[in-house]
Amino acid sequence: MTQKIFRPALWRAGVLFSALLLALPVFVVFSFLFVPAGDVWRHLVATVLSDYLSNSFILVGGVAIGVLLLGIPTAWATTVYEFPGRRFFEWALLLPLAIPAYIIAYTYTGLLEFAGPVQGALRAVFGWSAGDYVFPEVRSLGGAVLMLSLVLYPYVYMLSRASFLGQSLSTLEAGRVLGAGPWRVFFSVTLPLARPAVVTGLSLALMETLADYGTVQYFGIATFTTGIFRTWFGLNDSAAAAQLAALLMSCVFVLILLEHYSRRRLRFFQTGGRYRHLPRHTLYGYRRWAVVLLCLLPLTCGFLIPAGQLLVWACSIAEETLDQRFLQLVGHSLLLAISAATITLLLALFLGYGRRLFPSPRLAFAVRLSAMGYAVPGTVIAVGVMLPFGWLDNRIDDWSRELFGLSTGLLFSGTLFILLFAYAVRFLAVSLQSVESGLARVTPNMDDAARSLGCAPRSVLMKIHLPMMRGALFSALLLVFVDVLKELPATLILRPFNFNTLAVRAYELASDERLADSSVAALTIVAVGVIPVVLLSRAISRSGERYAEST
Amino acid sequence: MWFKSAASVALSVVLGVGSVGFSPAAAPEEVNLYSARKEALIKPLLDRFSEQTGITVNLVTGKEDALLQRLQSEGRNTPADLLITSDAGRLYRAKEAGLTQPVVTDVLLQGVPAAYREPTGHWYGLSLRARPIFYVKGKVSPADLTRYEALADPQWKGKICIRSSDNIYNQSLVASMIAHSGAEQTEQWATGLVNNLARSPKGGDRDQIKAAAAGECDIAVANTYYYGGMLSSRDDSERLAAEKMAIIWPNQSDRGTHVNVSGAALTTYARNRENAVKLLEFLVQPEAQSWYARVNFEYPVRTGVAWSDLLQQWGEFKSDSLNLGELGRYNSAAVMIMDRAGWK
Repeated sequence: MTQKIFRPALWRAGVLFSALLLALPVFVVFSFLFVPAGDVWRHLVATVLSDYLSNSFILVGGVAIGVLLLGIPTAWATTVYEFPGRRFFEWALLLPLAIPAYIIAYTYTGLLEFAGPVQGALRAVFGWSAGDYVFPEVRSLGGAVLMLSLVLYPYVYMLSRASFLGQSLSTLEAGRVLGAGPWRVFFSVTLPLARPAVVTGLSLALMETLADYGTVQYFGIATFTTGIFRTWFGLNDSAAAAQLAALLMSCVFVLILLEHYSRRRLRFFQTGGRYRHLPRHTLYGYRRWAVVLLCLLPLTCGFLIPAGQLLVWACSIAEETLDQRFLQLVGHSLLLAISAATITLLLALFLGYGRRLFPSPRLAFAVRLSAMGYAVPGTVIAVGVMLPFGWLDNRIDDWSRELFGLSTGLLFSGTLFILLFAYAVRFLAVSLQSVESGLARVTPNMDDAARSLGCAPRSVLMKIHLPMMRGALFSALLLVFVDVLKELPATLILRPFNFNTLAVRAYELASDERLADSSVAALTIVAVGVIPVVLLSRAISRSGERYAEST
Repeated sequence: MWFKSAASVALSVVLGVGSVGFSPAAAPEEVNLYSARKEALIKPLLDRFSEQTGITVNLVTGKEDALLQRLQSEGRNTPADLLITSDAGRLYRAKEAGLTQPVVTDVLLQGVPAAYREPTGHWYGLSLRARPIFYVKGKVSPADLTRYEALADPQWKGKICIRSSDNIYNQSLVASMIAHSGAEQTEQWATGLVNNLARSPKGGDRDQIKAAAAGECDIAVANTYYYGGMLSSRDDSERLAAEKMAIIWPNQSDRGTHVNVSGAALTTYARNRENAVKLLEFLVQPEAQSWYARVNFEYPVRTGVAWSDLLQQWGEFKSDSLNLGELGRYNSAAVMIMDRAGWK
């Protein structure tokens, strides 16, 4: 019906091509399955593989419980209740997103370790010495679960809140009229309706957990991810390492497919013109303070304490001058974050629309595959990008030397292109989920109505889709922006000469065990990251309102 | 849409490249460096080199394995002329992968003793990093702990702190033991050591010293420059912790204390070969050599270079004269042994 303007065949081919291009690192990793790795596997199976598996499993399970417990109640409370500080908590609860996981791990270790101020004070006050008392160890599996939950719950909070805000009062009223109490309505109406959003938030958090290297490595926990690097660097067997990575990816992929399969028949569209915004229920007495406490807890532990510790270090100990070179770091970080966020959003829009316009299992599969990068450690992505582009560069160079006697050098892998490409691979999933959730709000009926009223496809896009999706697009931009700001491993490997970022700076000092000195760069990452987080929250609140106005 | 995104990729690449000023074509007054030594631990020296010679040094820092991978995938088009790592095992690996080329000059031969360079000139050590044993003053009698081997002695059960076996310094230490006394004996030793650990390994070298000072264990294994960094830290708690500790130089009556080097190699496809050799030679000059000790408490590879006061306080010691290439050769065997011993 839209042949003249859209040229579906070309579109479809384009979508398929870019999805597969973005999945290139995944293919590279899987291609190692055909390389024999031999003895190393026998060694791994005999010694450490079971540890890798069980630790990763517990980590992922623990973080799943953690982010759900922290994310959903806070999202619900800030949506339906009125209590002191509600407007503040709406955005402040997103703040932990600005703190890189390995940094929160460092700060809590500094605070709570045996030699740290908290235990030191306890010993001084009670006159205890080592062995007289039991203090929970931060650098443990449980500690890692806690650290990751604290910085990753905002994904669940953000997406479930957006979904709660988008739900109509009439649905809830129907539940109440049918005799269900508020709790029952929450569990049997609200939560199931929000399920796709909750699951998306959860899967983002868990993919990030699996890709985490900094935290678990610092805590001395052998997980699948640390195992990949140990096998690669320590045992010097890149094939076996890639095979481990392929195994990890397969598990993630199966989980994603299962989740999609489980809700393949569920399609929620808010229909009917009787949309009314949820009125807020004002809380009184102890309940109101209980809710305040509920919101204060993740904010304090996930943001105030670590940021406070960084601030203390930055003021008292760090030797960092805020000179021209430091500003340059900020500039580089911003440049990368802004370009990567824009590119990733455009790619996500292209793929998201492609999937909507041409629903086919093959296309859907390709798009899923291209979003796998989020579960893969940045270093693996970086190598997966480096190998094919390095190869391509050298082939082009050979060819050009032969034909023209000219060396073209490293066209792709020697420039920022390769870094931006790696970011796109790594963070497409984040953009894509925002775009897809935005697209899901635009019901097919609306397209049809607009078309039957004489709108051309292009003006459907401009007049209906864009206004309705503005919030989602904005979220996509900001989330990737913050993620790139925090990103370390790919940046470290792929950046050009003399090009440092805040994350690189913070990492170099921290990995040299100068935690306090790294605090200025870390704090700057947090400060720069806070701005988009605040904007993000306003966008979510407003898109809920706009939705209410527009229907 | 696709064109838009393609155009924006192209645009940001152009902008990015423009702002970085990176050009793959080599200009004569440049040298390009891939360094696993952190920026703070190499840049001041490079700046000094540029001042003296007028040669611009372009720098990418990163983890050594990643840099090796990058060199490998860039092949003959790599812009890197010189590779600096913070351990000898990786230099061995770079040579094995054909990523380095030999260079022999009088200056280099004079500057670097034979144990700390590759015999044919594929790489040269720049600074020594010793990994001795530390103990809490008053809690341990140093006479009971004169060798690394003694760490496996049951009398130290529950008294030792050491970091994870993921760490390259532990891998190198174990590799050196394999080179000296064979895999079987080393595995027995590693198992004994694991039985003596006060806690499951976690944190870095400084954390082991801190834990010992706080009473969690009596003995810690760490590289000296972390100890030096703590002693001169602006953080009071770190300084106080370090002051409670003292050094044992192990194996003085036999092979010597385990040392590793940070070192440099000329890449196979170096385009600025001449400048790279100049830089390499600069890095082994007495001036640069004494800088490592002043700034990061490392020991110069060059003999006859004055040590800083702190290093002199710690005393002279006999270091292991094993050629450091061996550390690379036995690295994966070391990791396997540590896996089997249950060293996390």
